[in-house]
Amino acid sequence: MLGEGILRGLAETARNFAGSFVSAERLTTVQYPEQRIAPMEATRDFPFLVYDGADWEAGLRCVACQICEKECPPQCIYIEKSKDKKPDFTGKPQFYPARFDIDISVCMSCQICVEVCPFEAIKMDTEFELSTEDRFGGLLLNREKLAKPNEHYHKIHPTEAAEVDARLAGEKAKADAKAKAAAEAAAAKAAAHVAVPAGTEAAPGGNAAGNPTAKPVEEESRA
Amino acid sequence: MIETADQIFVLLKHWLVGLLPAGWQPVAGVVLSVVAIIAVFPTLFALTVWIERKGLGRMQNRIGPNRVGPLGILQPVADAIKSLIKEDIVPLSADAAVHFLAPLVLVAAVFMGFAVLPMGRNMTLVNMDAGLLFYFAMGASTELAVFMAGWSSRNKYSLLGAMRAVAQMISYEVPLLMSSVAVVMMTGSLSLTKIVAAQNHYTWGLPHWYIFTPWGFAGFVMYAIATTAETNRSPFDLPEGESELVAGYHTEYSGFKFALFFLGEYLAMFSISGLGATLFLGGWSAPFSFLTWVPSWIWFFSKLMLSIFVFIWMRGTLPRLRQDQLMNFAWKFVLPLTLLNLLVAALWRFLGEGWERWVVCSAILLLAYVFMGWEGMRRGHLGPRRYRYAE
Repeated sequence: MLGEGILRGLAETARNFAGSFVSAERLTTVQYPEQRIAPMEATRDFPFLVYDGADWEAGLRCVACQICEKECPPQCIYIEKSKDKKPDFTGKPQFYPARFDIDISVCMSCQICVEVCPFEAIKMDTEFELSTEDRFGGLLLNREKLAKPNEHYHKIHPTEAAEVDARLAGEKAKADAKAKAAAEAAAAKAAAHVAVPAGTEAAPGGNAAGNPTAKPVEEESRA
Repeated sequence: MIETADQIFVLLKHWLVGLLPAGWQPVAGVVLSVVAIIAVFPTLFALTVWIERKGLGRMQNRIGPNRVGPLGILQPVADAIKSLIKEDIVPLSADAAVHFLAPLVLVAAVFMGFAVLPMGRNMTLVNMDAGLLFYFAMGASTELAVFMAGWSSRNKYSLLGAMRAVAQMISYEVPLLMSSVAVVMMTGSLSLTKIVAAQNHYTWGLPHWYIFTPWGFAGFVMYAIATTAETNRSPFDLPEGESELVAGYHTEYSGFKFALFFLGEYLAMFSISGLGATLFLGGWSAPFSFLTWVPSWIWFFSKLMLSIFVFIWMRGTLPRLRQDQLMNFAWKFVLPLTLLNLLVAALWRFLGEGWERWVVCSAILLLAYVFMGWEGMRRGHLGPRRYRYAE
């Protein structure tokens, strides 16, 4: 009959009205500033720069390769490459960003910078309380504001951070092994060079010229 | 003592007026009553906004406003301050004079309606013989204000909203009047005071309210439907459908002018609920004879607030109608039933005092309701939409 649906609907809302006073599980509201729900692990909003160790400036993983700057769809990243180099986590000298700015009023949180970064240097943060009174300067984050320790990354995205750490450790081990192998090879050659008579000097001459100063150091360290 | 509590506002007014010289007294009496109305109903409006927001929240399993003051009770105060200090924007191409006048006309017309409502024993500002007629004349002039607002804004959403509002208000004005005419037929008077007096007597402790008769019940239901449409409340809130028309006719209003529209709408709701209570729910009379010691104005305002709560309940339940559904419902369902209700009221009057009139009148109305509902559903005038696709 006409009007039945209306009565059923009214009964339903009346049930909600009364029920919300007696059963707390009906109320889904979280009283936000006092109560908080921990963000999900996959939460992301704006990028940050990861650093290792205690000093953010020394520990920045970023090598200013500028891939993220070029890939960024809304062009919100601005990087200036340094003139000098500093050693990265494997000890290899690398450039570092003299300036690294992200305008988070432009950023669209697409995570492409994270996807393209070959150095695991830029990751997505979960910090969302970013309101500021200065709409231009306050939303333009510089190097110092963007740098956050690896521990922070572990805290917000534990699974992902563990994977990244494992990969970086693998790379470092590989790099160390390579360096060691190279050193051993060089040492072996140096030993051979010393052992062989003067007549065969012409053949390994190129190698010997390649690392003329390394040999004695390596030999000393091995001894 | 009981008498004093019942007449406290009347006595207070007489005492205050008595302090003035005799020549001033008639004017002072009117001014005092007007000031009382202007003070009471906007206060009630603030309270209602809070009740509505809390109530709707609970119906949707939310908490509702709870930040300003205990349980958010000071939320209306915060809203009022906000709307007072907001910038008042008038569109460059708007008709500035009409744009300025529209909210004032709305609020003024709505306040005029309160003049004839009996809010308690001896508590009518103007005891007019043609009170009901005056009320409907004032109620109809709110449409003018709505159309002024929509037209002067020079905005397509405003104009669409105003067009819808006028179409809807005129369509539902007819059933609104027709359902009230039955009451006038029974009472034999257009005076709202006399209509209340006619309902204010008891048999076995139960009142003779018009809602407790078949024609009165049907009339009340149709009156309630028509008032919901008349005050642009959900499910008939097409003129201000937020999701389709931004805000309808008050899209271009900001700051205090918008607040006046908001106030005007709620005041219209109060006055039309008050009129409904007067016509069908016995006005200020008590629901049982042993409760007549409670002051009459308490009964009037309880009935009013009860109607407001039903409005809020409906808003929390029903989705918005489409324009053609709205018109079909008004012209093809409510209007024929109100016309039939007039006949039934006449039958009731002439069938005498026996039980037969109860059976006959109830049967006619019930059959008509069932049949018209069934027929309307079958033809697709009412009920869910049936889509016809190309073969």
